[in-house]
Order: sequence, then structure tokens, then C-alpha cells
Amino acid sequence: MPMKALTGNEAMAEAMRQINPDVVAAYPITPSTEVVQIFSNFVADGLVDTEFVPVESEHSAMSACVGAACAGGRVMTCTASQGLALMHEILYIAAALRLPIVLCEVNRSLSAPINIHCDHSDTMGSRESGWIQIYAVDSQEAYDSIIQAIRIAEEAFLPVMVSADGFIISHCMQRVDTLTDEEVQSFIGEHKSPYQLLDTSRPITVGPLDLQDYYFEHKRQEIEAMNTVEPIIEKVAKEFGQKFGRYYGLFETYMLDDAEQVIVAMGSAAGTVKEACRELRAEGYKVGLLRTRVFRPFPHKKLLELLDKPQIKLISVLDRSDTMSTMGGPILVELRSALYNATNKPMMKDYIYGLGGRDIFVEEIKQVAYKGKEYIESGKVDKPVDYIGLRE
Amino acid sequence: MPKLKDLTLNDRVFTPGHRACSGCGASIALRQVLLTAGPDTVAAIATGCMEVVSTIFPYTSWGIPLLHVAFENAAAAISGIEACYRAFKRKGKVKKKINFIAFAGDGGTYDIGIQALSGALERGHDFLYVCYNNEAYMNTGIQRSGATPKGAHTTTSPAGKVIPGKVQSRKDLTEIVVAHNIPYAAQATISNWADLTRKVEKALSIEGPTFLNILCPCPLGWRFLPDMTVEIARLAVESKIWPLYEVENGKYRITYTPKKEVRVEEWLKLQGRFKHLFTPQNRHVIDELQEEVMRNWERLQRKAECLG
Amino acid sequence: MKGWRELEIGAIIPKPGTAMEFKTGDWRIERPIWDESKCIHCLFCFIYCPDSSIIVEDGKMKGINLDYCKGCGICARECPKDAITMKREVEIRKEELQKRE
Repeated sequence: MPMKALTGNEAMAEAMRQINPDVVAAYPITPSTEVVQIFSNFVADGLVDTEFVPVESEHSAMSACVGAACAGGRVMTCTASQGLALMHEILYIAAALRLPIVLCEVNRSLSAPINIHCDHSDTMGSRESGWIQIYAVDSQEAYDSIIQAIRIAEEAFLPVMVSADGFIISHCMQRVDTLTDEEVQSFIGEHKSPYQLLDTSRPITVGPLDLQDYYFEHKRQEIEAMNTVEPIIEKVAKEFGQKFGRYYGLFETYMLDDAEQVIVAMGSAAGTVKEACRELRAEGYKVGLLRTRVFRPFPHKKLLELLDKPQIKLISVLDRSDTMSTMGGPILVELRSALYNATNKPMMKDYIYGLGGRDIFVEEIKQVAYKGKEYIESGKVDKPVDYIGLRE
Repeated sequence: MPKLKDLTLNDRVFTPGHRACSGCGASIALRQVLLTAGPDTVAAIATGCMEVVSTIFPYTSWGIPLLHVAFENAAAAISGIEACYRAFKRKGKVKKKINFIAFAGDGGTYDIGIQALSGALERGHDFLYVCYNNEAYMNTGIQRSGATPKGAHTTTSPAGKVIPGKVQSRKDLTEIVVAHNIPYAAQATISNWADLTRKVEKALSIEGPTFLNILCPCPLGWRFLPDMTVEIARLAVESKIWPLYEVENGKYRITYTPKKEVRVEEWLKLQGRFKHLFTPQNRHVIDELQEEVMRNWERLQRKAECLG
Repeated sequence: MKGWRELEIGAIIPKPGTAMEFKTGDWRIERPIWDESKCIHCLFCFIYCPDSSIIVEDGKMKGINLDYCKGCGICARECPKDAITMKREVEIRKEELQKRE
């Protein structure tokens, strides 16, 4: 209810304040620094009951989060880019230990060269860590998603990272319709933990050594956990929507119903694509947007259902990171894999854009649609990957 | 001071059935620490010998809750556990006093783990950090660490035709820890069990970060027969290569002063990892080690006098 | 052995001390032989044993736990009264066989 003017970072910090976790262990890194700074202010002003651990590195941040979560606490942290990369080995551990940690991630490119601006290479680098990954399009969604993430994490017993584009969302002010503290608390409920390390009457060993005889089975269990996440996300989103009026899905579609061309985007650029779609439609192009939101688990079944349509001739994917596999960006790779068994297999083309914070404009997206129309008419795509806004 | 009879009552905190080598010094250290700490303890352990031998799924030797995360972050893991405990205590969710102990080898303490240790000490978490120091990365096959003494043969500082083992002296990690101005830091070893257990008891009774560096001879890595483990620990103390001392709020106290003079050579000659030093061309390393030991001992004595 | 569905969440070992199901006693080459008549129950062997194989009851040494004893010989070396001596397992087996014959 309280409408506030908040930047993405402020919105995420506000969500954290209202969630009031037991422990936050975090380390500052641009452009997520404000989240931990603002949260520190909440701690210093006694506005939260959180035990704040000002760790000496992101690796220790995630390690301390793992410790605190094992001890049965509700745990949150925040980071970006190199910080996420530094925690990399512990991310896998947190997921395998099935800890419901929630991480507010601010998307920033990975070095080298060092760049503090937005692209998705950081979270894409962790896509196999076992974390649930949700990409927000704006401050509102970042705020809402973090609150929902607590519920998702504690039901799936898998950690969740909610990410928002660095500087574009994290530092831009928007109207955010916030919930009241009571509404947040009542929505997230009591903390649920997979086990209790502090129960000395029932001692457990967490993080054992597995030899060849058990590792596979333990990992299969974790795979299964990720397999059960989609319906949990949808259920939580439905409840959130019913209570607070804002519905989020595994993905978002815009003008897609009769689209001949689909442009896929994730993060803040999706907003720009919507604007482009409006202009393109006015010019007579049947273009629609698919905004991927949940990247892990990748909702391949639902996307196949959505896109396996005779009228969809071409899917142009905008990727804000590259897989360095010669195949283009990760969204393209996943989506093409999802559409492999489509009856109506569309042509697909990948556009790498926005690396290192390079801006993307409505006009450039419209070019994608103009070129797309040419591909549809000629029946083939010239090359699988192109680059938007790159100086050749 | 803990009585042996009382310690025997806690024997379920760390059970047999672990896969440590026969005569393993580190497992003796772990037992002595855990028997003293008792069952109201939660531990975090770094990857290493003790973690690997005691937690091979589905077998665990641990009779207390244990968390293993990774190699370099025992201190960070315990920081998180302790922070959660503090949060719960404030909220009235937990009332019992629990000891928090982080275990790591010299690898996970001197080298890869030093950052997490330093951060945890600076933040002032209420926990005891125990370094079970066998002077090399033993679990992965005896590679050199910052704790390996000069002249020792390890697989990554081998005694070869041109270079006689590790060239560098070991780090004085205990002093690095003391420089963090924590309430209590000490060195101990398994042969002087009364001294060790007293130090554990003291450390656990103190609020704030405390640190124990325990020398643990390793039959396989140091190359001696397994029945000599305790004897070699004893000789390390007697030859002053491993002084037993504690620093409590900046006050230095040597807790055991050897009565007889024992040359470092007496300790070195019992271990295969130093046997290459007993040649005319490498003899000088033994002399350098002896000098180093004397220097360090004198400095420690002076610290105990001035800052005691 | 358990299938993946039957294992605990997060690969935890839910019970303490399950290592006791793993008997390391068969690692032994030498066995400690305890002479009770010499023992003063100082319990040094107890505090020095890496494998918790000194059985103590009411503050008194009762014997050696051969299920886990790895035969390192530390107890024999450290005993101030030489109440423990190490004997080769092979010898013990030979003697047992001879007794039976």
C-alpha cells in the first residue's frame, strides 16, 4: 500500500528490512553496495532484529550465510559481478545443502576488463549452481520477487537469487507500491529450515564426504528438488497476486498472441522491447515480446507450449551475455533446446547486446524486427548470432 | 583444570571408526579438545584430514553437530552459525550455552583460510578456533604449507639434488593471531595434554574470539613409526621448536619451560622428512634452524617478561 | 544401499557417531596387550589414543577396544609403568592356532 519512490537497491533493502532476516552476512560491491549500506543503517537504527555480519569478502559472506542457514536462521545477502563469482564454489554448496538463502543480486558484467555496468554475465555464470534464478524487470518486481523468494526458497529448500540490472534498475528511482511490514511478515510466515544444526540433542553432520558410492544419488536428489520448483513459484505468485494484486509468472508475454515474430529479452531491456513492439505494431509488424523471468529452473515445457505455434516464424533472442561456446547467448541456447521438438519449429536468431552496460535503444530493437521480416520472407537467417550497438 | 576421569565421560563426542592413519596426531588433538568441550558444542570444520576421515558418508565420528563447507572458510562458517545463535538468543529462541569451535588444519588456517580467520577474529565472534597443525597439506599427500618448517621435505618442497627441502621458514601464525588483539591465543600440543585441555577450557570460558594452535605430528607426513607421535610432540616442546605459551589480553605467559637443553637436531633426526639435512652439504640448515629456534625462544621470553 | 529417494535431504548424516559401525580393528598389525597387574589407571593411554580404543569405566582402565584399535602402539610407548606391550597379530594368530591343535 505505501507508495514509495525507490531505486532498485532501496527497494531490495526495503524488502530485506520488512523480511527482517535472522542473519545477513554481506560484502559491498558496486552496484549492489547500497543494499548492504542501507541495511546497515536499518541495523544501526534498531529497525531490524537481524544479526549483521560485516564479512571480509563475498566468499566469506556466502560461507557465513551457509553457517547461519544450517543453524536454522532466515538468511539473506546481496552482491554483484565479481562478488558472485568469488562466492561461486559456495553457491553450489549452499544449493546442495538445500539451504533456503535469498540473495539480492545486482547484475553487473564480469571482468576482464573490469566494468561496473550492467550485463547478465555474472548470474549466467552461476546458472548451474543449483540456485533458483529470477530476473526482475524493474524495482517493483525486484521488491515483490524478493518477498516471494523467501517463500519459494523455504518450500523448495533451494536458495534463490533475485537479480536486477545494475545501475539501470538498481540506481534508478521508480514508484514502488510497497507492502506494509505486517503484510510482508504474514506472507512469508515462520521460517522453515531443512534441519537444525544448533540442536545439540540431535547432532547431525552437514557436508560429509561422498565417495563414488553416494555422490550421484545425492546429486539426483538435488536435481529432483529443482524439478519441483516451477509449481512452487507459480503457487506463491498466485497467492501474492490474490493478496496484493500483482501477478508474476515464470515468464511474461506482451502482444504475443498473434505474433509472427517474437523478441525475447530478460531484465530491464524487456521494457524497451515493449515500447518497440508498440511502435512496430503501429507500423504493421506483428511482433510480440517474451520476457523470460525465471531462468532457473528453465520453464522449457511451458515455453514449448507457448511458442510451438504455426504463426510464429522467427524468434529473435536478445542476450545480455555470451556463453563463449560459439553458439551465442544463454537464453538462445536454452530456448532453442526447449524448441527442438516443436512441430512448428521457428527460425531463431541471437543478438548479443548491452555488454558492459552498453545501452540499447528502441530504434535498434525495431531494426531487429525489420531484419526479422526479411528473414521470414527469404525463409532463412543469415547468421546465427549478431551484435546490437557494437562498433565493428 | 580438567581431570582425565571427567574427560572420559564425554567419549561419545568423537567416536572411533574414523579413517585417520594409525597413530594420527591430529585425531589425538581433536579428541583432547572435544572431550574438554563436551557435548554442548557445535563445530565447523574445514576440508582436510580430520574432516575427510571422520565424515565419509554414511559414517560420521561426530557426536556433536558439525558443519563442513569448504577448505578456506571454517572461520566464516562458524561466524554464520554463531551469528544465528546470537540472533536466536536475543529473540529468546535458544537459552542454552553452546560452545562454537572451528577446526582446520594448517592449510585451512595459515594459507587458504587465513582471510576468513582474520575476518572472524576482527569481528569478535564468540568462538574458539583450533588449528590442528601437522605442518603440511597432509590430506592431499603432504604438500608444503605456510606452517612447514624450513628444511622439511614435502612433495611440493622436495629435498632434491639442488634444493634441500623447504627453503622458507614457517609463518608465526600464532603471533599474527595475537596481533588481532583477541582475548586469548595459545600454542599447545598433544603430549602436554594437561596444558592443552586447560587451555581449551580457558578459551571456551572466555567470551570473544579465542585461538589454539596445536602441533600434531603426522607419522605418514613426517616419516616416523606411528607409536612415536606423542614422543615427537614432546620433543618439539623440549627442543623449544614449539613453545607452549598463551597470550591473554596481550599478556604473554610461557606455560611450560623445558628444564634440559635439547638440541633441535634430536627432534629432526627422528623424522624422515629431515633426513636429507644430515649430510655435509645440508648441515647448515640444521644450524640455521637451531639459531631460529633460539632466537624465537629468546624473543618469547622477553615478551613474557615485558608483556607478562 | 539406499536409492536416491531414501537419502536424507541435503546429504546430511542425521545421526551421531555412525562411524562406530565401521570397525577399523582389522587395520592392525600389532595388538596392545594390557597387563592389569602393572596398571596404575593413570589414563594416559586413554588421552593419547587416537582411536578412543582405551575402555574406561568409573575412572579405571578396563581394556582395549579391539574393534577399533589400529595398533599404533602409542599407548605402549607412553605407559609410565610399561603395562602395555605390543605383540604382532600374526604371532597371536599362530599361538591361537597352535592352542587349537
